[in-house]
Amino acid sequence: MEPTSHAFKANAHRALGDANLQRAMTMMRTGFPEKRAQAIARLPEFEALRDEGIAIKNHVIAHLDFYLERFEQNVVANGGNVHWCRNAEEAREVVLGLCRALDAKTVTKGKSMVGEEIAINDFLEQNGITPVETDLGEYIVQIRHEAPSHIIAPAVHLVKEQVAESFRATHTNLPRDRVLEEPRVMTDEARGVLRQKFLAADVGITGANFLIAETGSSIIVTNEGNGDLTQILPKAHIVLASIEKIVPTLEDASTLLRLLARSATGQEFSTYTTVSTGPRRASDTDGPGEYHVVILDNGRSALLGGEFQDMLRCIRCAACLNHCPVYGAIGGHAYGWVYSGPMGAVLTPTLIGIEEAGNLPNASTFCGRCESVCPMRIPLPKMMRQWREREFSRRLSPATQRWGLALWAFAAQRPALYRHVSALAARVLGFFGRGRGRFRSLPLAGGWTDMRDMPAPEGKSFMTLWAERRRKTGRAA
Amino acid sequence: MSDARDQIFGDIRARLGRGRPDAAANAAAEERLNAHRRNLIPARAAALDHAGQVALFIAEAQAVDATIARVANAADVPGAVADFLSRQNLPAQLVMTPDPKVDAIPWETRPMLELRRGRAEDNDAAGITGAFAAIAETGTLMLISGAETPTRNNFLPDTHIVVLRASEVVACYEDGWDRLRAAGPMPRTVNFITGPSRTGDIEQRLVLGAHGPRRLHIVLLDDAGG
Amino acid sequence: MFQPMAEPFRVALFVTCLVDLFRPSVGFAAVKLLEDAGCVVDVPEAQSCCGQPAYNSGDRADAKAIARQVIAAFSPYDYVVVPSGSCGGMIKTHYPVLLADDPAMAEEAKTLAARTYELVSFLADVLKRDRIAARYAGTVTYHDACSGLRELGVKEQPRRLLQSVAGLTLKEMATPEVCCGFGGTFCVKYPEISDKMVSDKAADIVATGADTLLCGDMGCLLNMAGKLARLGKPVAVRHVAEVLADMTEEAPPMGMPDKS
Repeated sequence: MEPTSHAFKANAHRALGDANLQRAMTMMRTGFPEKRAQAIARLPEFEALRDEGIAIKNHVIAHLDFYLERFEQNVVANGGNVHWCRNAEEAREVVLGLCRALDAKTVTKGKSMVGEEIAINDFLEQNGITPVETDLGEYIVQIRHEAPSHIIAPAVHLVKEQVAESFRATHTNLPRDRVLEEPRVMTDEARGVLRQKFLAADVGITGANFLIAETGSSIIVTNEGNGDLTQILPKAHIVLASIEKIVPTLEDASTLLRLLARSATGQEFSTYTTVSTGPRRASDTDGPGEYHVVILDNGRSALLGGEFQDMLRCIRCAACLNHCPVYGAIGGHAYGWVYSGPMGAVLTPTLIGIEEAGNLPNASTFCGRCESVCPMRIPLPKMMRQWREREFSRRLSPATQRWGLALWAFAAQRPALYRHVSALAARVLGFFGRGRGRFRSLPLAGGWTDMRDMPAPEGKSFMTLWAERRRKTGRAA
Repeated sequence: MSDARDQIFGDIRARLGRGRPDAAANAAAEERLNAHRRNLIPARAAALDHAGQVALFIAEAQAVDATIARVANAADVPGAVADFLSRQNLPAQLVMTPDPKVDAIPWETRPMLELRRGRAEDNDAAGITGAFAAIAETGTLMLISGAETPTRNNFLPDTHIVVLRASEVVACYEDGWDRLRAAGPMPRTVNFITGPSRTGDIEQRLVLGAHGPRRLHIVLLDDAGG
Repeated sequence: MFQPMAEPFRVALFVTCLVDLFRPSVGFAAVKLLEDAGCVVDVPEAQSCCGQPAYNSGDRADAKAIARQVIAAFSPYDYVVVPSGSCGGMIKTHYPVLLADDPAMAEEAKTLAARTYELVSFLADVLKRDRIAARYAGTVTYHDACSGLRELGVKEQPRRLLQSVAGLTLKEMATPEVCCGFGGTFCVKYPEISDKMVSDKAADIVATGADTLLCGDMGCLLNMAGKLARLGKPVAVRHVAEVLADMTEEAPPMGMPDKS
């Protein structure tokens, strides 16, 4: 998708004024954190599991080539195929080639953020193949011609009336006067529509939460079962995965899976956790005839050995999105590309450049809630700050900000000067603010006073008063 | 494509500051891979005896909207299935996987149950399968694909009934993997199923039966020596 | 259990730029609390700012220069006490990282970090106070400033001390740990998002029915006080030190005119 991250402020402005979005985000902001907290309260070993998960991921990163090679050997040994792609373009061509070889007309899809990254749906459509999203949230945004706004809950930005409107516009063969009020009814309607697509699909494409080197397997987690119907019914199962999804063993995957659902939705385990290994066996009576794992680099290897390497530990649980007050205020679309929230703020500039995505690591208060809930303890605020350092040294921030900062830093390094400036400001602002105790507006401070009052200073700076007190009492410094 | 493969591996190695790792560096990772040691196992199920694990499995599965009926022996299973279907006002028609575990149940004692043996079709409203194992830790069923266990039987029917033997209940996923490794090569599909299909995609309101079954009923057979 | 000290601690107060400019009474409340606890308090003249604005804007060089200055001025003391979680966090958690590659200062940064405490944490965790002799007739809700909470572990300590204040009732808001939207330069770089965050926080505060809002960070307090005042909500906003030091008669709540 074409990024609009450069227009973050305008996007955020629209989002803040969107009544439906604000209703939807209010529901999200309290729901997910409560559920996660409950799940963790039930598992005393959660912190220790976090430590183990981090150790597994760090170990894999240090031996990434070894585990990828072993994974490939095991996929092939089980009758599957591995396709290596350096970038989005190569991945798109591989997927198209596989679909064409099977004369595919319809392709069902399980949710895949890597799929979004390479914009596979548009590409398939341009080439005469119809992709059908089967995750309910993905299906909803697909028929609305929108991008997903959250990495695990794609339609979280919508209220049910918007979903109903889209269903009416799309499912035109159903009675126009039908009642579409309740999520239950809408889900049943989508189930009926999509069941036909599952059965008709020639190829099924899923993502992968993990790839397992030991067995040459891919793992997906869903709550709906759509990823399962996507992969077992058609002629071929194509898996889209980036290189850092690899883990060593089934046991290692089990440890990470214990962290994933709890961090994401507060569930003990996702309803369907599926481990897929190769195509159907000779004696199987169902399953795909072909199994293709499309492994994508697309900027991941460039993070190795650098400041953002820890981002490769991300297991895409979305806990950081769910707990971020900025994400909660504006939703995912405002970020302007595939990945939003704190993980998006760090990852997006690595993938589409800091010039395009510069707002993302800046739109943070560094409250630290993201890092505290990240199962992989990724130091997200620190990495956002590292982006800001790069922007500063390349002078990418606005001139007024740089000048204001430079003046401040000049004064701060000269305490005697600073004391005078502070004392003067305290006197002037204190004088003008004395009557009401606060300012309704202040020149140059519109960003603050447009929406808040500014409490007035007391009139003398602390350092002035302290010096006075010392003189009065004759105290030594 | 091998250009791409070479470049990806070359880039990875260059950024990790080394060339192809030597045998010694690989030996440690090789050993780790072959040993597939367990990491930390939560005490929740692992600290219990088997009877406790079965009770925990039931509690955890019920917490995610599976329903469970416990029966003393195989002869009671057909009745339990028939009762469940009639309580839910569902027709007494089922597709069953051609699985010896399911064949071993004396279905003929309930001739009112119409059973079709084979792979599920879209118009099968209800299906019966067995299970490979069941994970007490989170109330999760472990099912594997095979000649006798087509995967689609777990997903196409609206109602999924599982005949589970108490001896199939284990504490944790790792116990399940050990059993699977002992049973033979990796199957095409391993399904871990925790409750019926669900979605919260519309206003985070929980709705059961998104694409997979909306009802998951487990008939738990207390086989001796569990 | 509070024990009077044999040898009084020499404590340097890091005033913070916002206390210095906007609300010196917080500084004096901090001094009173420390002196009442038996400390000898000094306020080094060579202080201005902890360097956060530079650091969080990516200006590492200026942040380092300011850090060196702070370390030089504050090293001669037993402890450094800061009436702010964000400035305290800057010194305690970030200075060692900032100066890790500076051979001359790396050790000193670590030493200073080990001696630096946020004010309430110092009272509770170092001086072992679990009660305070103060009186405040009011219902108080407490906002957890983010840095204090997540960098310095300040959570139970202010609540424990407030609960011992005679006449004070503590009422938790629904989400005291959610950011108020100040975030230093964030509130002026992204004012609309900041306003949404502080509006939600104001609603949470008002919903408690409390007549007083307390917090340990001036940035958060200015932000929340400014929003509550703009909304016309009658909540008295103060720094927690003012209540603990029993000095609420000295200055009106933030944003209110001085009627004396």
